[in-house]
This record gives sequence, structure tokens and C-alpha cells, in this order.
Amino acid sequence: MSTATPLSLEAHRSPGETDAHRRLRGLLEQGLPLTPRPWCTLAEQAGMAEEEVMACVRRWQADGMIKRLGLVVRHRRLGIQANAMVVWDVPDERVALVGRRLARETAVTLCYRRPRRLPDWPYNLFCMIHGARRERVLAELTAIVERLGLDDLEHRVLFSTHAYRQCGGRYVQEGAA
Amino acid sequence: MTLDDLDVVDRRLINRLQDGLPLVERPYVAVAEELDITEGDLLYRLERLREGGVLSRFGPMYHAERLGGGLTLAALAVPEVDFDRVTETVNAFPEVAHNYRREHELNMWFVLATETPEAIDAAIADIESATGLPVYNMPKEEEFHVRLHLPV
Repeated sequence: MSTATPLSLEAHRSPGETDAHRRLRGLLEQGLPLTPRPWCTLAEQAGMAEEEVMACVRRWQADGMIKRLGLVVRHRRLGIQANAMVVWDVPDERVALVGRRLARETAVTLCYRRPRRLPDWPYNLFCMIHGARRERVLAELTAIVERLGLDDLEHRVLFSTHAYRQCGGRYVQEGAA
Repeated sequence: MTLDDLDVVDRRLINRLQDGLPLVERPYVAVAEELDITEGDLLYRLERLREGGVLSRFGPMYHAERLGGGLTLAALAVPEVDFDRVTETVNAFPEVAHNYRREHELNMWFVLATETPEAIDAAIADIESATGLPVYNMPKEEEFHVRLHLPV
């Protein structure tokens, strides 16, 4: 999930931010250097001290601008082929509860409430389930429905059959919009 | 590079790093110790996974809205005969991040990411006029937090 960058980190600037901070963001956009002391490498490039870089990143994490430091796996490359978007029509008064419970399931990788688009689209809760094969994903879903007692909820499974562009936004996870 | 090219250590490394990297001076040493390998081996493996295209990104994951950008999930019901043409038209927009074909009457699903929240409406209007199809805009209203982890 990478390539073109519709969101430019460098372009975004918070009040009181220095040029060095802005440079650091631009550098982080390229990813974390694979050097023994990656923060030190970034510090040299941004013209800052190592501790200062770490303090910045810590603050950005605390602010929620950086969600976490980690990696994004191109799951299709790895043969995790079945990618199901499961959509549910949940009465508004139940949607928060059902959403929270679905999100706790390990097979669920994303879970969002979205607006219905009636009459064509009655579904207001979306979750993603990934797996090596469709049968696995469907078995997982059946187990979840039973475990959480969701059989009264109208739902649909939309498997993806083709990824025409698996990336674009570098910071955007699949389905995470 | 495919799943078959990964050995058991690669898999443990990928699974471990999906949980995140500690914010310390030498983060790779910390993770290497957990996996009982050397830092050099870990860095070599990461380099190889990145070059092999298995990892598309390594480093901070940003929160798009907190950066001031706009983000939404949108769908189109594309007539089968027009599918290729519409795919090309939609993918030509730089705001289109992911685009998946799915099995439903709404058969094209894509993520739009823009520099500002206001730019989403303009992008949708442009896509509607370029494709001649109504865009179903379904922005996130509430996120239920999951622990993102795809075991390999």
C-alpha cells in the first residue's frame, strides 16, 4: 500500500512549528531509516539532535498524528487473497455496541460506522476480514455471528475480486477512510 | 517475493513489527533480542523484505484527519461494459488511493484522500462528471478500534 502522496506531510504545518520539524516530517514520510540508530540518522538529515527527534515523534504520537511505528504488509503479495468487506444494517441504537464488539474480534482488521445511502445502500456498519481463502473468511464470519448473536442483523459480504490500485495514499490503510 | 520466500524468522519478524516498534535509541536491537537474532540480521531481513515489495511501508503510520486532510470511502455502480473505461477514468484522479472491484451492484470501491476536508466534495463532483455516474460517498462516522495484525 504505497506510492503517490495525496497528503503531503511537509505541506501541513502546525502553528509554532520550525523548519527542522517540517523537514523531519518530510523525512519520516520516506519511512524509518534501516540504520542501527534511525533517529540519529534522521536527526543528522533534519539538522536536529537525536533526543529532539525522539521527543518530536513522541509528541506526535501523543497528539495522535502518528498512530504507531510499524509496518504495512502488502498482503496480496503474501497470498492473503481473500479480502472481505462485511457490511451490516444495524439499528442506530445498537450500532455502537455491535461495532465495539466486532472490533474486538481478532479476524476483524477495521471497523467503521458509515452513513446509509438509502434506498440503494442500507448498511451502516463496515468491517474488514482478511484471510488466505474465502472459505476461511466465511467460516470466521459465521463464528463471529454466532458468538456475538448477530444473526438477526441483515448483512452482506463483499469480496474484492481485483485491486486496481492498492495504494495511492501512503498513509491510508485499505478501507481506512 | 511471495509467502513461500519467507522463512520462519521473516514471518516472526513481520508479525512482531505489526505490533509496532519501540521509541528508543536503538529500536532494532530491542526487537532483534526479542526474536533471538542479531541486529544486523534483522536489518538485512527488513531491507530484503522492503526490496522484495513485501513491505510497502516501514515507519510511522499517520492519522490522515489529524494532518488536516480529507478522507472518505466512495463507491460506484459501474455497468459491466464500461468497467475498464471507468476504472481508468477513476484511477487517473490523484486523490484516489485504493480502488477495489467488489461483488455487489456497487462494484467499484475507492478511497479518496485530499489535502483538505473541503476538497473531498470537489473530487467527488469531478469524478461524477468524468464518469457520468453518481458517487456514493460514505465517510467514516465513527471508528471502532481494532488491533491491526495480519498474521503471515
